Amino acid sequence: MDLAAAKMIGAGLACIALVGAGIGIGNVFSSLISAVARNPAAQAQVQPFAFLGFALAEATGLFGLAIAFLILFVF
Amino acid sequence: MALELHPLEQFKIEPLIPIHIGGLDVSYTNSALFMTIAVILITSLLVLGTRRGALVPGRWQSVAEMSYEFVADMVETNAGHGAEPYFPFVFTLFMFVLFSNLLGLIPYSYTVTSQIIVTFALAAIVFIGVTIIGFVKHGAHFLRLFVPEGVPVILLLLLVPIELLSYFIRPFTLSIRLFANMLAGHTMLAIFGGFAASVGLLAILPVALDVAILALEVLVAALQAYVFAILTCLYLRDALHLH
Repeated sequence: MDLAAAKMIGAGLACIALVGAGIGIGNVFSSLISAVARNPAAQAQVQPFAFLGFALAEATGLFGLAIAFLILFVF
Repeated sequence: MALELHPLEQFKIEPLIPIHIGGLDVSYTNSALFMTIAVILITSLLVLGTRRGALVPGRWQSVAEMSYEFVADMVETNAGHGAEPYFPFVFTLFMFVLFSNLLGLIPYSYTVTSQIIVTFALAAIVFIGVTIIGFVKHGAHFLRLFVPEGVPVILLLLLVPIELLSYFIRPFTLSIRLFANMLAGHTMLAIFGGFAASVGLLAILPVALDVAILALEVLVAALQAYVFAILTCLYLRDALHLH
């Protein structure tokens, strides 16, 4: 297998990390919605944590995406 | 790759004023230029905004006061009592990261926080500072942080290494989180920009997508500054109150 093909496959594989980020972000916001639906008064309290969770979950997926970009464009 | 523009070219550091001291390259680069711009903008926002100090704030004063109150509230709720002396540090950190992130979104500007060495330097300051505060505050008792209370001795053999590891990877996760967000976002913008340059009339689609991504990036820029500051607060609380 030549190097160019291997790089493409590697970048594609690195993007699998985004599956986890998708599940995580979906989980964060679905939990936020069900929490606010049950207790609308708690919205102001729980929303900052939801966005914190969103940013943390998104970052893990972006690690994988950054690796994909590095494989494609740097090496 | 059929891209005409190289997506990572935007992160290239170019010396604007070459300065060499001995074997050391301390040139004033485009990265340093945008750090300077960020610092000047923050300083002028806060100094000029609060200069008049009106009872009913105008627009600039409102922005200055809101950012101050936002961070003061964050420090109070997340770092607990006794964290007030460290508020200026967290505020500086938050404003610097926020302005660097937002400045980077202006086309043809430079994103300082997309360089891992910049974010790692910030995270290392936080990490070393917090560790020193912990040791000054509690002495050798600070090591209790790594020993959870009420746990059987046998489990401690497993838990202490985990706690130590999770403590020492903090500067890396803190810096890589910010760096990867900025790198991935800006690379994505450049890649779709590259598509737009190569598909002719269909370019409207990638450009529309770029606009949407740019909106997301504004959110991410603010959110990552918030996350950086809030995690600093949480680390501070560990050092001040030991769990």
